Amino acid sequence: MLSFKIAVKNLIGAGLKTWLNVFVLSLSFVMIIFYNSMIDGWNKQAETDTIAWEIGQGQIWEKDYDPYDPYSLIDAHAVIPPELKNQATKGDVVPILITQASVYPQGRMQNILLKGIPTDQQLLDLPTAELSDEGETTPAIIGRRMSEATKLKQGDRVLLRWRDKNGTFDAQEILITKVFENNVPSIDAGQVWIPLASLQEMTGMTDEATLLVVGDDYQPVADANWEFKSIGFLLADMRAIIETKKGSAAIMYLLLLGIALLAIFDTQVLSIFRRQKEIGTYVALGMTRGQVVKLFTIEGGAHSLFAAALGALYGIPLFIYLNKVGIPMPAGTDSAGLPISSEIIPVYGLGLVVGTILLVVLSATIVSYMPARKIARMKPTEALKGKIQ
Amino acid sequence: MKTIKHIFILVLLFMGTTAFTYAPITEPTGEEIIEKVDANMSSENRVVESEMIIHGKRRDRTVTSKTWSVGNQQSFSEYLSPAREAGTKMLKVEGKLWIYTPQTDRIIQISGHMLRQSVMGSDMSYEDMMDDRTLLDVYDANRTGEEIIDDRKCYVVELLAKVDDIAYHSQKLWVDAERFVPLRQEMYAKSGQLLKRMTLSNVQQIDERWYPMTMTYKDMLKDGKGTEFRIIKLAFDQDIPPHTFTKAILKK
Repeated sequence: MLSFKIAVKNLIGAGLKTWLNVFVLSLSFVMIIFYNSMIDGWNKQAETDTIAWEIGQGQIWEKDYDPYDPYSLIDAHAVIPPELKNQATKGDVVPILITQASVYPQGRMQNILLKGIPTDQQLLDLPTAELSDEGETTPAIIGRRMSEATKLKQGDRVLLRWRDKNGTFDAQEILITKVFENNVPSIDAGQVWIPLASLQEMTGMTDEATLLVVGDDYQPVADANWEFKSIGFLLADMRAIIETKKGSAAIMYLLLLGIALLAIFDTQVLSIFRRQKEIGTYVALGMTRGQVVKLFTIEGGAHSLFAAALGALYGIPLFIYLNKVGIPMPAGTDSAGLPISSEIIPVYGLGLVVGTILLVVLSATIVSYMPARKIARMKPTEALKGKIQ
Repeated sequence: MKTIKHIFILVLLFMGTTAFTYAPITEPTGEEIIEKVDANMSSENRVVESEMIIHGKRRDRTVTSKTWSVGNQQSFSEYLSPAREAGTKMLKVEGKLWIYTPQTDRIIQISGHMLRQSVMGSDMSYEDMMDDRTLLDVYDANRTGEEIIDDRKCYVVELLAKVDDIAYHSQKLWVDAERFVPLRQEMYAKSGQLLKRMTLSNVQQIDERWYPMTMTYKDMLKDGKGTEFRIIKLAFDQDIPPHTFTKAILKK
């Protein structure tokens, strides 16, 4: 405790030099918490939105379906087993049929995924009720990204070309009944949603689906043609990508932390060089060399405690504010294909805050200890004289 | 009695003359027209040097190639230019298609869904090249009228699919009534929507047959000028060695 008191007194006595180090270190504190909370917030939001818009409580895939190979869609469809059809009627699962097609907005050809979904489904947030008004023209809904890419708006008609199950071309106009806002590019970019019954009729794939989204009340069905995919499996790739972002963000705040630690290291080296008489006096008054090393280590390490306090002083109000308004994301951030909203609400976990404090305190203590080890090799008599050793 | 005999002979002569005068000129049926087109366009084998001009939005791209083919079953093509495509080879034998690219030094079989991809970025797919069946194998032909195209009298023949596994549900052909060369071909979707149009021109006599030396293939749903094929050199019934249609030739 005595060592700590002396260390704090020495630090405060050093004045501006201490506070400069403390300020830079506090910036590292705030940056680490800011970046990690933002990524955690993004992860949470992305998972919530993906579950709500795309995967529900899991999916059942036709055995040939591969979401990363659109060409596999030619074969990836099968008649829905009766047990699953019953659950689909009750709304516990939602069958989706997917096929490749092309739309021709303004004379340009754009390849798309044409998806059929029951108009009365309630499991996903997709506004499928907008597909229920079937007039002469097949109704279709598209997401904001698809609308921007094709310049199609609500009320527009566009020519759609597709192939039936035998490979025969067919074409007709569809009517865009809704352009929906969402944060999940995987149900939006390059996709057009139409009623499932219409797509089954257009392709000749009666009662068939490519995948089924399941809800909370889904009863497992064993069928060799269909494979259940859990939420963990379906989110694994997205989580991995977001974790990679965390890694790249770490480079930035670790650089800042490195600068702060270098400043503490320099301060320690300078202190030990300039305070040799003081070190000699401590030893002459009865302190062991180990105790002096400890004193100087605590002195360096205490920078991090001051930094934590200073960081908290301006960081906590900032984090509370960001939690309220969110962190705005620049336009086009979601074009990379990951679910991301226009504002991310950061998530501050206890583990994150405690982990950051431990990281900074430990690293500051280590860089303080390294130059202080030199004290153990000093001759007290020489130190008292202030002779350079 | 003699008079009656004369009258009878006169009546017979009159009837015969009338019958001859009013007998309809027998026009060929749709199937006969298509058969004649097939006979004119197909040969035992052929060697073609051609250029394919792919009209893009900003610029055009010309790909030249040389093709050796036997009937509809076997064909081997080697791309000659541009430099990026030069050396690429394609072999079609018994319903299978292989492609060799010098950049990868690998032979890849194009199958399944890959057959629906575009050939060298053109409006044509590998699938279009792969169909060995003649038009009469897969379509019912019906002559529906006559039209003039490029000052040539043409029979208009409508084709309606009689099999399920066919890309175009119906087609319409304008066939030169004298030379039996199609001058225009349109492909339709099941809904009746016009999807593609092929215009054939620059018809020249080669040996004893007439052949269109320029073909323009256009996707009618999108803007642009489509893809143009120009035959630079064409020779029928050549002596093509059998090893031309083996996989070994791809890496040579």
